[in-house]
Amino acid sequence: MPEKKNEYRAEAGGRTVHDVGGLDFGAVDFDEHDLALWERRVDAMIVQLATKKGVFKVDAMRRVIESYGEQQYDATTYYEKWARALRNLLVEQNVISREELDAKLVETRAKMRAAGREASSEDVPWNEWDEKK
Amino acid sequence: MTMEHGTPPRYAKGDKVRVDDRDAIGHCRTPWFLRGRTGTVVSIQGTFRDPERLAYHYPGLPALPLYKVRFNQRDLWPDYNGPEHDQLEADIYENWLRPATPAPHE
Amino acid sequence: MHDHHHHDHEPHPFQPDHDQGPATPYEVLEQAIRELLIEKGVLTNADISGHIDLMASRNPALGAKVVARAWVDPAYRQRLLADTRAALMELEIDIGDLAEFRAVENTPLVHNVIVCTLCSCYPKLLLGYPPSWYKSVTYRSRVVHEPRQVLTEFGFTLPDNVEVRVHDSTADLRYFVLPRRPEGTESWTEEALARIVTRDSMIGTALPDPSLVTTAG
Repeated sequence: MPEKKNEYRAEAGGRTVHDVGGLDFGAVDFDEHDLALWERRVDAMIVQLATKKGVFKVDAMRRVIESYGEQQYDATTYYEKWARALRNLLVEQNVISREELDAKLVETRAKMRAAGREASSEDVPWNEWDEKK
Repeated sequence: MTMEHGTPPRYAKGDKVRVDDRDAIGHCRTPWFLRGRTGTVVSIQGTFRDPERLAYHYPGLPALPLYKVRFNQRDLWPDYNGPEHDQLEADIYENWLRPATPAPHE
Repeated sequence: MHDHHHHDHEPHPFQPDHDQGPATPYEVLEQAIRELLIEKGVLTNADISGHIDLMASRNPALGAKVVARAWVDPAYRQRLLADTRAALMELEIDIGDLAEFRAVENTPLVHNVIVCTLCSCYPKLLLGYPPSWYKSVTYRSRVVHEPRQVLTEFGFTLPDNVEVRVHDSTADLRYFVLPRRPEGTESWTEEALARIVTRDSMIGTALPDPSLVTTAG
């Protein structure tokens, strides 16, 4: 299925990856799932930062998501896209630095493991070349 | 926020408008499937900061008039399989619209 | 034909993250960002939990209440269509600063369907979070091109004399459908009417379902 989606994009002219009106990705999947707490937190942070704190506009979040390659766009869930965009924009706007973030990620994994939960050692990709093939 | 002080609207309800057939650089809220299509202004939604500029942390001023534009589905899709009165509406910023030119025989 | 839900989910309490298995890179990232922003004083825990609580209070039942009011009160209906934000505020529903809302009414000759082909814009501060399918490329790609076929997959067909009008939410306006009041409900209470207004009927991918109510009072 993912291959088919990329084929459509390749034939789709000059469209950006998110601009899908009129393409055909197949039957609607009616599966529904409730949001996990981490997803609600991502949403909360974005709304607060965009409306109350003026760090960025939601338009900037969309721009970052639209810059993802097809593979990233198709392989990630809605909130995975937004979490990555949040990170990228916070660094772009110099609210957090790469160094601070990398250190905090190490610390977060350690805390999670100490609390008895496994935690992935992988970083969310920064660009297409970081992705696992 | 909406109703920002901006340029006065160029188009009125009922005007026929054509969506620019050009590429966007960066963020754009004019869908691909509407590029180059002709529709009718249904309403003026207000003036809004330009999202293409907001996306890069610019203020996006002067605010642009935003129009709700109605398109016949049969004009959008050569293979549209529904009745000829089916419509689609989208909110389009004024900088993506031109007056629709009359057909040569008009 | 996909099996799909004819009714909305009851809100589920969300699972604590530790029930979900190993933390993905995204979950790790979320916690790291949150802690950094709090340490730096950019956000507080209250900012975050406050928004989570706010969103928990916004759900399809709120939209159903608005629709039922519009059904029983023609003057309210007109105000809802003319100035949706103000009419929602009358019912103490504050839609905040991110977008304007517009109610679009179904009539005997027009059936409205809402989509955001470019991302997933949705009237969240009225209806809560959108369903996964609304955000999917399958829905977004096809409903603008073949809406009647997509509606068939949702379980209903519209006669050819009814116009299907698709609204692509391309800017800062969020749309929801004011569905038609079903025949035979003329004597029903507002509360009973609200119970038949489903989330999907306010997106345009379903019709209100009188079978959801066994007594009209």
